[in-house]
Amino acid sequence: MREITYRQAINEALAEEMERDPRVFIMGEDVAIYGGAYGVTRGLYERFGEERVRDTAISEAAIVGAGLGAAITGMRPIVEIMYVDFMGLCMDQLSNQVAKIRYMFGGKTKVPLVVRTEGGAGRTLGAHHSQNLEAWFIHIPGLKVVMPSTPYDAKGLLKSSIREDNPIVFIEHKMLYNTKGLVPGEEYTLPLGVADIKREGEDVTVIAYSRMLLFALEAAQELAKEGISLEVVDPRTLLPLDIETIVGSIRKTNRVIIVEEDCKTGGTGAEIGMQIVENAFDYLDAPVVRLAGADVPMPKSPVLEELAIPSKDRIVTAVKEMLAGGSSL
Amino acid sequence: MAEVKVSCDEARHLLKQMMQIRQFEDKIMDLLAQDIVQGGSHLYAGEEAVAVGAISAIRPDDYIASTHRGHGHCIAKGGRLPELMAEILGKATGVCKGKGGSLHLADVATGNLGANGIVGGGMGIATGAGLSIKMRKSDQVVLCFFGDGALNLGIFHECLNMAAVWKLPVVYICENNHYGMSVSVKRACAVGDLTKRALAYDMPAESVDGMDVLAVKEAVSKWVGQAREGNGPSFLVCHTYRYYGHSRSDPRVYRTREEEEEWRARDPIKTFSIRCVQEGILSQEEVEALDREVASEIEEAVKFAVESPWPEPEELYEDVYA
Repeated sequence: MREITYRQAINEALAEEMERDPRVFIMGEDVAIYGGAYGVTRGLYERFGEERVRDTAISEAAIVGAGLGAAITGMRPIVEIMYVDFMGLCMDQLSNQVAKIRYMFGGKTKVPLVVRTEGGAGRTLGAHHSQNLEAWFIHIPGLKVVMPSTPYDAKGLLKSSIREDNPIVFIEHKMLYNTKGLVPGEEYTLPLGVADIKREGEDVTVIAYSRMLLFALEAAQELAKEGISLEVVDPRTLLPLDIETIVGSIRKTNRVIIVEEDCKTGGTGAEIGMQIVENAFDYLDAPVVRLAGADVPMPKSPVLEELAIPSKDRIVTAVKEMLAGGSSL
Repeated sequence: MAEVKVSCDEARHLLKQMMQIRQFEDKIMDLLAQDIVQGGSHLYAGEEAVAVGAISAIRPDDYIASTHRGHGHCIAKGGRLPELMAEILGKATGVCKGKGGSLHLADVATGNLGANGIVGGGMGIATGAGLSIKMRKSDQVVLCFFGDGALNLGIFHECLNMAAVWKLPVVYICENNHYGMSVSVKRACAVGDLTKRALAYDMPAESVDGMDVLAVKEAVSKWVGQAREGNGPSFLVCHTYRYYGHSRSDPRVYRTREEEEEWRARDPIKTFSIRCVQEGILSQEEVEALDREVASEIEEAVKFAVESPWPEPEELYEDVYA
């Protein structure tokens, strides 16, 4: 297996699917000549031409709306919204049109549309370029929401997303683009809706996705030195959520911490936590704990930005507190 | 008024479709009053010449995208009256299995990309269908219907610009019925001549009498021809009038009864019938027979809808995902 970056893995998924299926095309802001704001689509314009790699005007609503129109009339569009923060501009298209059209038409249409976007803090870009809005999308029946943490997952999940006949919101993380991981040279796909146990352990289950998964693995490594064993579960797909794998892990560890970068109130962790309470309450030896982003607009200052999201150290501390509390029960 | 240049068969077809829409809408008004149709319904009565004229200018494999006032487009594009009526009642036999209703009426099999509960909601879909046609190298076209109320939405401008930049085969048809719910277009729109909106996108535009089915057909035929030949999108404003209020709860305090009478005097069905009879294309008896034929079709549609079963409970979770 080769080691490639998350960016390259996504780029390969796009190229391979465009090669495989002539109906697949890309459109969005700065995706063609520039190669995408984060360089993800670099080289595709040169390889596939301007018909299939389309630069658009700054018109998020038209990008998503036209993506839908093309998807229900024979094409398989991949549209890029440069920052997840810009999704507000196309939220009506996504929530009222894209997600609902199949149901409203009594199942008489399919929507093979991928909306690729990118989010998260870490580059001190402030409140309009650093958000984590996945909780908006999991609240919309009809969508599937994918948030990969590794190059391997990113490639396999994106290829599956492009082959899906349902609309997908595929959220990458700006701080992961340069991270590297092993990715097979040969063809593979990964199923949506299946969580991955990224590290097996005994003492506490940590659920983390996207960039937070990396922090969780770092915390696990550090705690291992002290003899504390974390099981790290990556849902990979937030909608649908693989609650079975999560419950299976909790049956083993009896303790769970959810790590999420989005704001705590009404966040993804609230949904995951409640599903745990509904499905695994009897296995829990301690209350579900959430480590989440602060309930604030993302601040610019690097010092404040770091405070606004979970960190490896906060995970380590939370695990120790949970285990200490658990021993006194 | 120009000479009627249509064959007997075509005149009958146009007149029949307009009558179908009118009687369908009048019947729904009755059914609303009896609470047989629950919820709301935005009726197209008065605007028939636009849908019928425009859609008679395209092929069955062409697409349309419709509006919240979408029954007329759906009928004109070939939707079957019983299934449409059943859908509006929310019955299992409805064209969308009772999950769409009046606001989301869509017979996808006829190339109808749907009515839409959001003003301007069909514009992105229509533009994307145009992109799809272009990328598939097909010679289909899209008619994108919307009301004057959609002219001031961001999506209108984004889509017209996108279609113009990419020369997409879409005819944007503004049904100017003069009111966005209660606010007159004069109070809502900064330009008086609505065709000016297309200037910003270097798009050809034309204004047409939306009460004259042949005038609409002629204009749409021209722009559809342009689109099929790869000459890109166009913008057509059809001046028309909705006879009923915006919805059933609308007391119409924002317009006068005199204004309503002026428009009704130009009724698209009445004027076209008279012209056909005067030109000897149809006899008065044929017109009356057509009217009776449509009335019995509507009765059958209502009977089918009323007698149809409600959806089964297990349908609730069906069709969310493919």
